[in-house]
Amino acid sequence: MPTPTRGFLGRRRERDPRLPPGQYDVGADWPVLAAEPTPRIAPETWSITVDGRVENPTTWSWDEAHRLPPSEYRGDIHCVTTWSKFDTRFTGISVDSLLEVARPTAEAQFVMATSKTGYTTNLSLADVTGGKAWLVWEFDGRPLTPEHGGPVRLLVPHLYFWKSAKWISKLSLLARDQPGFWEQNGYHDRGDPWRQQRYQGD
Amino acid sequence: MLGAGVAGAPSGGWRTATVAGVRRSVPRSVQLRLDVADRVDHLPGQHYVVRLTAPDGYTAQRSYSIASAPGDPLVELFVERLDDGEVSTHLADVVEPGDELEVRGPIGGWFVWDGATPALLVAGGSGVVPFVSMLRTARALGRTDLLRIAVSVRELELLPYADELWAAGALVATTREPSGIRPAGRLSAADLVPLWEPGQTAFVCGSAAFAGAATRLLETLGIPAAAIRVEQFGPSGGAT
Repeated sequence: MPTPTRGFLGRRRERDPRLPPGQYDVGADWPVLAAEPTPRIAPETWSITVDGRVENPTTWSWDEAHRLPPSEYRGDIHCVTTWSKFDTRFTGISVDSLLEVARPTAEAQFVMATSKTGYTTNLSLADVTGGKAWLVWEFDGRPLTPEHGGPVRLLVPHLYFWKSAKWISKLSLLARDQPGFWEQNGYHDRGDPWRQQRYQGD
Repeated sequence: MLGAGVAGAPSGGWRTATVAGVRRSVPRSVQLRLDVADRVDHLPGQHYVVRLTAPDGYTAQRSYSIASAPGDPLVELFVERLDDGEVSTHLADVVEPGDELEVRGPIGGWFVWDGATPALLVAGGSGVVPFVSMLRTARALGRTDLLRIAVSVRELELLPYADELWAAGALVATTREPSGIRPAGRLSAADLVPLWEPGQTAFVCGSAAFAGAATRLLETLGIPAAAIRVEQFGPSGGAT
């Protein structure tokens, strides 16, 4: 255990068990963080492409994506800047239903998620399959705003939120892991909040 | 498109820092001068994490921008005191010279000035801190000609590093009182047009609300989105 900081007791003595280490409950707020200007993307011009190591590279328009089986996430989200937000509700589709159509090949082990802005983030295929990842267009029953990644963002709530790429446009399946935007800039390749995988080397 | 950051930007692990100086020159904030053991020098724009540990092992950590230049023997962090802030209240109210703090840094490779590219720096409030590091670096390099600075604050009294910013010719917009001959008001296109030059990279730092407004302003001036780098902090400011 690190040496205690002189005079520091910490405020929140009752830790909510849903809070990963080093995180605090942000309450009703939802901070906005991005490295680039917020793009304004009309739903009718949005699309999602799944390509790379797949048997059937496919692009879905807004309407086509909405015809896939709806899927919802209810639970918590965790940002590497140390806020966590409890009891969120996002609506969209499961990444599984995209991969079911695109069919990853045997070599596919990783995914690079790319946004309309060029933002990228890398994930293992295991982290986006089996009901663990979504493409979402509603938050708490309302359309996702551009600041929060609307019209559609990736949602991978069991990892730090920079993995949940805003303005998602492409999922490329890869045989080998490659660092995405923040991962090239010092952040962890996996980003598990329960292991505090914040920065490279954690 | 969002490009790569500075390739191979320095990054350091956890270190023990000894507080060498504590300065409170602006209300509701503190400047900490830290002597960081086995320090990895930063690039201007990078940040540090400060971690506080309670006697029972409970920890809280937050990120703070670096105000000092890489050549400064100490690392200077500027901390805005948030009334409900668990870490910032401790740093602002309790920390004294001689205290030891756990720090980690430098971190980040995107919101970083390379010391050679012309840059337009647009800050809201304490968002000016990374730009102070850039300015101090530019002074050390003899290249202050590369930087144009605009900063928006509610009142002049709340402007951190005011003397250095005035000396650098920064445009200071005050939203609640006049600033020199400039009437009270938010940053406008008229403020930024004289500062903008082709080839600049624009850096925007402030609250989410400020960063959103400032980037839209820059885009209306014709600065391509790909040339705009954003760093936001604090609560959402009412955005949903």
